[in-house]
Amino acid sequence: MGDAMAKARPHVTPSEGLIFEKSSPGKHAYSLPPLDVPTVQPEEVLGAGFVRGEIAGFPEVSEIEIIRHFTRLSTWNYGVDTGMYPLGSCTMKYNPRINEVVARLEGLASEHPYQPAELAQGCLKILRALEQALLEITGMDAITLHPAAGAHGELTGILMVRAYLTAKGNPRQLVLIPDSAHGTNPATAAMAGYGVAPVKSNRAGQVDLDALRQLMTENVAALMITNPNTLGIFEDRIRDIAEIVHARGGVLYLDGANLNALAGVTRPGDFGADIVHLNLHKTFSTPHGGGGPGAGPVAVKRFLEPFLPLPVLEESPAGRLRWNFERPQSIGRVRAFYGNFGMHVRALAYILAHGPEGILQVTRDAVLNSNYIRKGLEDVYELSYPSPTLHETVFSDKRQARFGVRTMDIAKRLMDYGFHPYTVAFPLIVPGAMMIEPTESECKEELDLFIEALRAIAREAETDPDLVKTAPHTTRIRRLDEVTANRKPILRWKPAPPSAGPAPEVAD
Amino acid sequence: MRYLPKSDAERKAMLARIGCSSVEELFAAIPDTIRLRRPLAIPGPLSEPEIVDLFQTRASENASAYLRFLGGGVYSHFRPVVVDALASRGEFFTAYTPYQPEISQGTLQAIFEFQTLICQLTGQEIANASLYDGSTALPESVIMAVRISDRTRVLVARSVHPEYRQVLATYAGAQGLQIEELPYTATGQVDREALAGQLDDRTAAVAVQSPNFFGCAEDVAALSRLCHEHNALLICVINEPVSLGLLQPPVEADIVALEGQGLGLPPSYGGPYVGVLATKERFVRTMPGRLAGQTTDSQGWRGFVLTLATREQHIRREKATSNICTNQALCALMTTIFMSVYGKQGMRALAEQNLAKAHYAAHELAKVPGARVRFTAPFFNEFALEVPCAVATLQRRLAEQKILGGIALEHFYPELKQSLLLCVTETHARADLDRLVAAVRSACAEAPRGKA
Repeated sequence: MGDAMAKARPHVTPSEGLIFEKSSPGKHAYSLPPLDVPTVQPEEVLGAGFVRGEIAGFPEVSEIEIIRHFTRLSTWNYGVDTGMYPLGSCTMKYNPRINEVVARLEGLASEHPYQPAELAQGCLKILRALEQALLEITGMDAITLHPAAGAHGELTGILMVRAYLTAKGNPRQLVLIPDSAHGTNPATAAMAGYGVAPVKSNRAGQVDLDALRQLMTENVAALMITNPNTLGIFEDRIRDIAEIVHARGGVLYLDGANLNALAGVTRPGDFGADIVHLNLHKTFSTPHGGGGPGAGPVAVKRFLEPFLPLPVLEESPAGRLRWNFERPQSIGRVRAFYGNFGMHVRALAYILAHGPEGILQVTRDAVLNSNYIRKGLEDVYELSYPSPTLHETVFSDKRQARFGVRTMDIAKRLMDYGFHPYTVAFPLIVPGAMMIEPTESECKEELDLFIEALRAIAREAETDPDLVKTAPHTTRIRRLDEVTANRKPILRWKPAPPSAGPAPEVAD
Repeated sequence: MRYLPKSDAERKAMLARIGCSSVEELFAAIPDTIRLRRPLAIPGPLSEPEIVDLFQTRASENASAYLRFLGGGVYSHFRPVVVDALASRGEFFTAYTPYQPEISQGTLQAIFEFQTLICQLTGQEIANASLYDGSTALPESVIMAVRISDRTRVLVARSVHPEYRQVLATYAGAQGLQIEELPYTATGQVDREALAGQLDDRTAAVAVQSPNFFGCAEDVAALSRLCHEHNALLICVINEPVSLGLLQPPVEADIVALEGQGLGLPPSYGGPYVGVLATKERFVRTMPGRLAGQTTDSQGWRGFVLTLATREQHIRREKATSNICTNQALCALMTTIFMSVYGKQGMRALAEQNLAKAHYAAHELAKVPGARVRFTAPFFNEFALEVPCAVATLQRRLAEQKILGGIALEHFYPELKQSLLLCVTETHARADLDRLVAAVRSACAEAPRGKA
């Protein structure tokens, strides 16, 4: 393995039980000031029937134990801060520390959504500035920042489609979705009350225009498309696609998951999209946080503006910002309050740090990195679709499968080399998919190590396939029994402590 | 650009390796007709000190100098410093969803602990890894109840957070659900007679909240008996989780839709927060959202994985239980740390302080001539105060003294004129409460009586 393992070295990770297993009666970590008002008897003011007994099972631990517990847990994680995290479609870029600082400022983190708009002008100016920047980057006319995540933005967008078409007389019944799309797209359409019809991809990995023409009837509400698509391929017929959809009175919905390939280079609003949702946790660097919180703003063309969710930010004649709730055609609220404000602060800080040239450079570097990886691996891994790619590249395990080594095995083996795996087995149109998105945040050295690691694994697949098939070998735990986890779910800790080490029959 | 780790020489070398003379060649697939041929009209670039300055200026244009008594689903509590210290570890906040369990055990074990703590706190049997927030946890719960019962009629108490009900209406419209409202009584609680009258065998679920939007505790056991007579599910919204340090958990509810913000998340002008759905074990395969489960690895060691994923969108696509893809893992982690810090004794002590301070304030405010606590049901840290003058006038006068004195209930309930929803927590010192009482007293004395 030699140099290919340059990034990885063995690492001691202390054992750590569950917080409940560290508990013993009488320990505590909280501190409250002494009560400075008269004590009340809960049973008296609430009535005995409303007062609970102790919270059975709740932990009793000290502060240092909490610090050690969560610090140890953190060391069992891999993050962007640890190293390259090339999960395709997830855009795992650097999360600038300054974003965390400004989001926690007193005067921002402390502000309450029910304080009057007059006393929240600072928050509202931040939201306004973010709205304007996102409208410019997407080339759209109006925007809502309320949705809490990308999938929530999708739902918001498709509900707007439904409201718009209903206002025109017929909400229609179907949403078209390419077979390469994210699973959230069909799930969203179903939640918004639509049936789903898949559009197949052609041999170039793009939407098949003939298939689209046949499917695009006056019963179709919208086409949900991702561009560049999940293969990283730009749909270069996007204007034609938009025309086909618009000619039948449909709406073109753009899943903005892959905006990191486009910002500053082309704009959804300029290539025919009527709606686009953005993932601030992808393109705009808000942290993924182990799976959220995200934020999924939705930008639209003018004709959809009346349907935006409540409330809408507007400027009074006197130049003060305020929320407008008087919007009779609105789809209504999609979330209480005004969305994930803390994420909006971070995204704006990111945009301001870059400026116009910085955003363009980000896009260029992201596409450069991806193509550098493609070049470094295309002779050892199969490229199912030869079309040019932008910010991500999808290989397949076709050549390694001859030795019984599949994409999941290669992914697991990457961990031994010190990398987070790529996205496994997605998009569904590529059997054995290996979807790699490096983002702009990787230096050349890290990319070279990654390429060398995947080349080494390709060699191992031929010479020692079992080594790959049983990987990872260096992680704190090995492959987990997911079948039993599914069949007999254990979803919470219960007081009888399970063995924290190897079971005797296995240890023997 | 300080975040981009490449020199121009390296960029050139990489392009040469790819076989391009310019980075523009990599974008050749994008037709020229749709290229943006001008710089984006956005501000920046700003240096780090400039960014800090700008956001500090914005912060100064808000209300941090004000003494606030605002609740209504968002609660200000002391945040132990270890919460941010630990949640700021890059391994936690820069990780993705733990799809690769071998290198994500930190996130997965923390989620498993979160699910357990939520079960202990709510008295439910299982809890998911979290949802966006409380307001979206309600429609997710309703859709789940509709799926379980195969019925489409849903009764929702008017004392459930008004914005949550608005979000439910948005989701329900597209699903063809019939949502009907349940009135409240003079006690501020759900009108049980009306409930008994409105329940029928087409009713999928009844949604209530405790403490409800007026701060009043509901008798969840009694409500659940009524629902179960008609095989309708009871959904209980919990807005202020700190109340569960003291109040009976909603054990009898079939689904609990909880907002976890009060457990260590800052108000942050409305988000990010953390919703949770907790329920009975028998409903596990119909619930939305991620779940972490315990299992063992090939060597016999205990470990955790995301499980029962066949409910979810990336497997089931349009047949999934929800389109939800993210949870709010980092927020859930913060609440897990918060609950660990307070622990068994601390949750009780924290809740008792909230109870004592809110009751002190209510008692003192009720002495203001013409003022009274609007509802008679037991309350935790929030209560409606009826005042003898126009609420808008009162709020303006309080604001002049740098006090944000509650939410005007009329905004959501036209019938509740001259009523203010006030929230008091452990963060308010007695001196703050006395200042509020004095300010209300003088404002009411000066203001013209009656409706303005």
